[in-house]
Parts: sequence; structure tokens; C-alpha cells
Amino acid sequence: MNIEEVTKNTKILIDNVPMSVETVEFVKPGKGRAIYKFRLRNLFSGNVLDITYHSGEKVEETSVTVHEMQYLFQEGDNYIFMDNDSFEQMPMTKTQVGNQGGFLKEGTPVIIMMWNDRPIDLQLPKIVELKVIETSASLKGATITAQMKEGKLETGMIVGVPSFVKDGDIIRVDTRTGNYIERVGK
Amino acid sequence: MSLDESRRLANIKNKLECRAKVIAGIRAFFNNQNFLEVDTPIRVPAIAPEQFITPYLSENWFLSTSPELQMKRLLAAGYKNIYQMAHCFRSGERGRHHNPEFSMLEWYRAGADYNQIIRDTEELVSYLSEMCGFGSQLKYQNKVIDLSLPWPRITVREAYTQWAGWDPIAHFDGLRFDDDMVDKIIPHFATDRPTIIMDYPQECAALARLKPGQKDVAERAETFIGGLEIANAYSELNDPDEQRKRFKDEISVMQKAGKACIWPDKFIEAIKTMPECGGIAVGVDRLVMLLCDAASIDEVIAFPSDLL
Repeated sequence: MNIEEVTKNTKILIDNVPMSVETVEFVKPGKGRAIYKFRLRNLFSGNVLDITYHSGEKVEETSVTVHEMQYLFQEGDNYIFMDNDSFEQMPMTKTQVGNQGGFLKEGTPVIIMMWNDRPIDLQLPKIVELKVIETSASLKGATITAQMKEGKLETGMIVGVPSFVKDGDIIRVDTRTGNYIERVGK
Repeated sequence: MSLDESRRLANIKNKLECRAKVIAGIRAFFNNQNFLEVDTPIRVPAIAPEQFITPYLSENWFLSTSPELQMKRLLAAGYKNIYQMAHCFRSGERGRHHNPEFSMLEWYRAGADYNQIIRDTEELVSYLSEMCGFGSQLKYQNKVIDLSLPWPRITVREAYTQWAGWDPIAHFDGLRFDDDMVDKIIPHFATDRPTIIMDYPQECAALARLKPGQKDVAERAETFIGGLEIANAYSELNDPDEQRKRFKDEISVMQKAGKACIWPDKFIEAIKTMPECGGIAVGVDRLVMLLCDAASIDEVIAFPSDLL
């Protein structure tokens, strides 16, 4: 596609890697050529790349599709999701999912971006509710600060929780930071 | 009318009122000096060939990208001091400082050169700033800009040698020139003063006169205020042979890139009798942005192209 047609959220391919256009800045000095400064996000790694194009240049557009899914279960090295529309099952590898796997329990709603029938990006809800199954009362020597201790969640992930949180409590966790937000029930 | 639109238009109402005031001020400034306001067509059969300006077609004519050629035909016919505010159209130009349809102010003075035109610009902006209640200390985007005259001037050669480490007059490289202007030159301009950058490589000014005795430098000057490119002035080229040659060079580059162009023969014919003169194009929308403290052109035009 022509560089002029690229807008925010256009997905383009660079060296065969799909990138999402985060910002476009158009500048055109005097009677000179138009300059397009893009901030791109690598949809495989999440890394950010700043790149400059000029009028007349072309980029390869790619078709990335967005699907609402839910997490089902883990199978070997894969996390298995189900597409809410087609009910098809979709595996993503542990490497792709990374630390986000620690927030997934059965039924967690997610958004998955697909490229060439291949899942490339997973977005979690901003906040998830998970059960604490073990706190530092039972975890050996695991006090973080005077007010915080470690709590192991039903997914196996360990987060910092306030000292009043007990085994069996349900807590809300921010998926971007992994921070405890509040206790919501027992 | 949608709620979003009525809210948006309510939010920019004070800016649109400032716009009306600035436009009335521009007219008063030139009328007081006995300039004649002219009104040339928006739809024209030929435009100046310029590689990096893409026109819109209107049947087999063009929407005007600038009123320059027709205004120069008036000068050639003996009109001495003329000005115009015109809507101009340039395809694909959209950004924080660009809208494909925009307002341009142009004025020309017979017998003058670009130095006189820069002095006009200094006086016009000072006059408008005074009228908007700022005096010589204009506040734009949380910075105070000192408009006291004269404004600092720097040549392209000085600026590029100092800040980009090369001399585009000695060895011109168009791509590098434009990239460095954006990344290295403009960011060095003082934020508390306007900057006039002048004496461009002749490759960057197809309609400007060459500097006497310096055949590689064109008498072109750009005014920047608060990071906004406000105006582009020329000592106008009135040598038809030289003009023909410059257009031919430009057209051959455009044809290689597959861009269509129409030879503006009536204009070339006219400049045979055009007197020595200076002229300028000022972006009215950006001037309004500056005077009403708007960060984006969308705040000073009621209907930007993508909200129509």
C-alpha cells in the first residue's frame, strides 16, 4: 500500500514480521517531500520501533484479524483457547504467552490477534479475579515487607498480597503489573 | 447534528472567533497600505509543476494548489501591490499542521525583493499580535515568544553547516536536505524567538530568483514561529528562459515518477513583462493557531477533511 494510506492501527509487514502502527506523524518541510514518522509495535515481540518513510514509498499491508476467545486448559507446552464465534480451538505456545500464562484460568476471556491463521498476540482483561491457595504463612520465609507477603494463586503464579489475605480468598490482580488490587471475597 | 460534533464545535468557538478577527486584521493591514485585494479562480487548467505537491483533479482541470501563477499574471499586467486569501488544495497533506484544504495568504510587491517581504511579514505578525492583545510577547503552548523586530535571520548554509555538518549549497542532496530540516535544523531554532531561514539551494525554489553573483543560491526565505512553519517568501523569478528551464527540470523528474503535469504556458508567457517583485505565501490556519494558542490545525478550522 502507498505510505499515504497508512493510518493508526494499520498492520504492516516489515522483514516478514507483522507490525501495528501505533502513531503517525506527518511532517512536510517547505516545498520538500512529505515525511511520515511511524511508531510501530512488533506483534511478535511487543518491541517498539520508530521508522521514517517518505512520500512515494510503499509498505506491505498485512491482514491481522482480531478474535474474542476464552482460555480452556493447558496441554503439554500449549495453552488452548476457544474462539467464541466459531468454537474452534486455538493453541498458543508457552513462549508466546509468556508471563501472561500466570493469569489464565478456565473461562478467562481474552482477545487474540491472528495472522495467516496463526495466533500472534494475546490480550488479557486488565483485571482478573483469582483465588489465593497458599500464603506465606505456609510459604517458608516469604515475607516481602512488613505489610506484604507472598501469595500463591490458583494458577500457580505468586504475587505480593497484604498480610490480612488468607488461603482461599479471592483477589483482584492487575494483569499489566501483576500487582494486587483488592480482596473481593472468600 | 451529533452530540460529538456540537460539543467539538462549541469547544473551538473562541478559536473560530479569533480566526475571524485575524482575517479581518489581515485585510485591514493590507488595505491600509493600499494593496488591492484580488480574487483568482480556485479551479484552474494548469498549476506550477512541483514534485512534492499533489493536486486534486477537477474534471480535466485542477483545484488550485496556490494562487501564485494567476497573481503573477496580474503583476505582469501592471498591478503593483496585490494580496489575496485563497482556499488551496493539496492531496494527501494531513497532520497536526496540515489539512488538504487550507487557507493561504499571498501578497506581492512590485519593485521589492524578499528582504522587503520579510519586513512586511514581521510587521503583519506584530500588528496581528497587538490586535489579539499580546503586544510583542506572544504566548504559545506555554512558551513566551519575543516578537521584537528584527527577527533573527540565518542562512541555510550556516544552519546546515552548524547543526547538520554539511553544506547543501555546495553539494545538494534533496532527501538528506528534507530529513535534516525536520530532525536537525528546525529543532535547533530558538523557541523564544521567530526564525527566518534564508538563501536556499536553487533546487529548492523553482519560482525564486537566484541571488545576484551566487548562481547556486535562490532568494527564498522561510519564517518559523513556535515550531510552526508560517511563511515562504521569494524574490520572484521573472526571467522567462530561466523559468522555462527550471520547470523543464522539474517536469522531467515528475515524469520519471509517473506524475502528470501540464505546461503552464500562459504564465510563462506573462512573466516576460512581470516587473521585479517580491512575494510570499502565508499559511493562514497556522497563523491563527499561533495567535489563539492552538496545538492542532483541527482547532482552527470548523470542518477538517476527515470530519466532513
